[in-house]
Amino acid sequence: MSQASVATPRPVQPRIPLREIAPWAIFAGVLALLVLFFVSTEAGAVELFGTNGLIHEFVHDGRHLLAFPCH
Amino acid sequence: MMRTLLVRGLLAGLVAGVLATGFAYFFGEPSVDAAIAIEEAGTSAHSHEHSEPADAGHSHGDEEAVVSRGTQSTIGLLTGVGAYALAVGGLFAIAFAVLHGRVGALRPRLTSALLAASGFVVVVLVPFLKYPANPPAVGQSGTIGDRTNLYFAFVALSLAVALISVGVGNALAGRLGAWRGGLLAMGGYVVVMAVAAGLMPVIDEVPDGFPGSTLWTFRTASLATQLVLWTALGLTFGALAERVLRPGAAPAPAEAAAARAGQ
Ligand SMILES: [Zn+2]
Repeated sequence: MSQASVATPRPVQPRIPLREIAPWAIFAGVLALLVLFFVSTEAGAVELFGTNGLIHEFVHDGRHLLAFPCH
Repeated sequence: MMRTLLVRGLLAGLVAGVLATGFAYFFGEPSVDAAIAIEEAGTSAHSHEHSEPADAGHSHGDEEAVVSRGTQSTIGLLTGVGAYALAVGGLFAIAFAVLHGRVGALRPRLTSALLAASGFVVVVLVPFLKYPANPPAVGQSGTIGDRTNLYFAFVALSLAVALISVGVGNALAGRLGAWRGGLLAMGGYVVVMAVAAGLMPVIDEVPDGFPGSTLWTFRTASLATQLVLWTALGLTFGALAERVLRPGAAPAPAEAAAARAGQ
């Protein structure tokens, strides 16, 4: 793709330091997993939050169409 | 920098979620409705489903549905798909930040597009080929625990193997060149996943007499919904990330010139 057919040196892409990424990764990772759990699994295979199946019923169509096992 | 990228990941996720919801509403909902009609006809005729005493308290399609179909197929669909897309958008931004400039030397929008394509294959397509999406009425309520465990185990395995492949491929690319290194890594991923798929249990709970066309329509709509979501995510995030990360990118006017000179 980007083989050096031009004489100019290949541009170096800036790296974001891992130390800067780490705290955000933990923060966003935990939140995202929680959200994904609610969308995909809560009150399907397990019910952790005592939602009486309401969450399951509410996001039901999304759960099926996003290809998660629903019921 | 990371905060900015994360916000842009969420934004891209929002765009992707809205587009995917629109697609799912028009192309997915008809087969969901058809499947629910079959489910309801089936439960009244012979009750092989929803008869498990243990954990089937949430069997929808039953008379006592707490959320109406009208809500499920509109606001509910938007909430489910939108929340999923937001979460994926956030994780996407993190993955992008780690990969950019470390794996390959591609400009941001290319890295983003490749990451989205890989994400779709690894998180959605490969798991789908082994454990495809099922409409209501397909799948016995007693096995939801097993089916959920197997599905997520396979997704986790796919992610883990893909991560290792990226690491190995990146190292190989240093010696063999990007093309060969990348191909070898992808080949390794495919072989490992094929073997794993062959070893893991088969799930086939399509009831007798369930119309094949409904199953096909539902599954293709499901896969396409995810394709819309990941495509929109990758392209939107790429465009947004370009503005943050383009090397030497001064504000707008210089950008056009830089883009023309770039790869
Ligand atoms: Zn369901």
